[in-house]
Amino acid sequence: MAARVIAGRALVSGDAEGEALVTGEALSFWGGYDFRTGEIIDRHHPLAGVRAAGRILAVPCSKGSSTTTAVLLEAVRAGTAPAAILTTGVDAFFALASIVAGVMYGKSFPVIALDASDFASLETGAHLIVDRDGRVSVS
Amino acid sequence: MLNLTERDRAMLDGAHGPAAQFAMSIVVRMAEVYGAGELMDISHAHVDSAIYLGDATLEFAERLASLGARVAVPTSLNVSGVDECGWKEWAVSPEWAAKAARQMLAYERMGAVPMWTCAPYQTHMRPKFGQQIAWGESNAIAFANSVIGARTERYPDLLDICCAITGRVPAVGLHLAHNRAGQLLVRLVGVPRTLQDDDQFFAVFGHLVGQLAGDRIPVVDGIVVSPAEDHLKAFAAAAASSGRVALFHIVGVTPEAPTIDAALQGRMPDETVDVTMADLRAARDQLTTADGRELDMVILGSPHFSLAEFRALAPLVAGRRAHPRVKFLVTSSRLMKEEADKAGVLAPVVAFGAQITLDTCILASPMLPPEIATLMTNSAKYAYYAPSLLNTRVTFGSLADCVRSAIEGRVVRDESVWQRA
Repeated sequence: MAARVIAGRALVSGDAEGEALVTGEALSFWGGYDFRTGEIIDRHHPLAGVRAAGRILAVPCSKGSSTTTAVLLEAVRAGTAPAAILTTGVDAFFALASIVAGVMYGKSFPVIALDASDFASLETGAHLIVDRDGRVSVS
Repeated sequence: MLNLTERDRAMLDGAHGPAAQFAMSIVVRMAEVYGAGELMDISHAHVDSAIYLGDATLEFAERLASLGARVAVPTSLNVSGVDECGWKEWAVSPEWAAKAARQMLAYERMGAVPMWTCAPYQTHMRPKFGQQIAWGESNAIAFANSVIGARTERYPDLLDICCAITGRVPAVGLHLAHNRAGQLLVRLVGVPRTLQDDDQFFAVFGHLVGQLAGDRIPVVDGIVVSPAEDHLKAFAAAAASSGRVALFHIVGVTPEAPTIDAALQGRMPDETVDVTMADLRAARDQLTTADGRELDMVILGSPHFSLAEFRALAPLVAGRRAHPRVKFLVTSSRLMKEEADKAGVLAPVVAFGAQITLDTCILASPMLPPEIATLMTNSAKYAYYAPSLLNTRVTFGSLADCVRSAIEGRVVRDESVWQRA
């Protein structure tokens, strides 16, 4: 099947490739993500119990705790972070975590802001390739 | 296009030392993410980054401290990962305690004030109306913006300290008056004064509003009582846990909402939602995940218990004893414990069998022994996070419910205020 390409805005640019994990519900990583396992643990969230490590997580935005960034930084250090995060609109929390991970460990991950309609077209299980210009190819 | 002042640029180029350069490089990078045109001054910061999670948070703190970082504005510190004096009474490992203490020390070395509380707005470091501040800690952000009318964006850990070191923030978002207009109108319909007056109401309502709001600023209409400050604190904490609320307006209560029109800055709301008793009952039910009456522990104080809350608790427990099988824990700050002691309202709480944990909380420090499986709390924030973070079942109730349950050794709740009016 031919890949479809979505143009996003790279808040933090980089390359990533992986399986999409998509949710329409905002997520707090503190109280919502176990950086020891890379699993989503928020019992109130539809993805509770699902492992996001290494996948491309499409989540509209962060919610809840300010410590979301610190949990994501720990996840990058532990090798349990998502390979990239796709959002709708600008989410400062995810972008900051990636920027600091780049400074501290030389391991930033792409954070791409998509239009709401493009975001809504994503489905879990699709194969995604994110490039440095914020383009997401979907197949 | 981001325009930096000469001073900003000098800091970025290292003229103010390597720590300021490190911090400014992150502030500038974030200004680009936000699409800011310039940076602006702040006169206060509240730093959430001191909470120890693991090696990364400690390495970040010690990197900044070793570069000689100093905060440029008065800066208070949020909770840490350990109660330095009390951790040995709990399941905290010595390695965790040592690393969490190192992280605390790193931020103290930067000149931040070790308040170690998630309710800094109830200390002498409370900001003022209109003051530009950079605050972390979701409940504190919502309280400062909404109840005080100070102005902060929703700052994440790791950025809050960079703003404190540089004294500068991207000039965006809730720092600017025109971005503070309400967007979602939430109307209470048929919710009687008796429930609004009850101490559970604002926590439950906040939990609901957080879910309704999404990324919008909610305006609440229909409050007919004068809420106590701790009720607004409970609302802020709940809405910032179930949602991403950083600013709310309550018509006739919060300072930027003398009228609906003022709260909306003369605009039309994007949407209007009516909230009824049925909606509130459903929200209350969401906060309880336990299904029986078993009870291992009552936990109060998220955000940290205030002097007024100690005053409310003392007469409920005076002359009584908690059931020997039930732990009763209050999480608070050093300052509040001292004030409660002076006011004579700490002694009855301790005599009841309560333990007091300072500087941290059960969510921020791995305190609970594994045999603690069922909790009861009056905090929507504890109720929201405990099942996920601590793998416990939780029952939400009023302060009086929590005390009565602790005495009886099983969950008991007074349902009367939740019955149809």
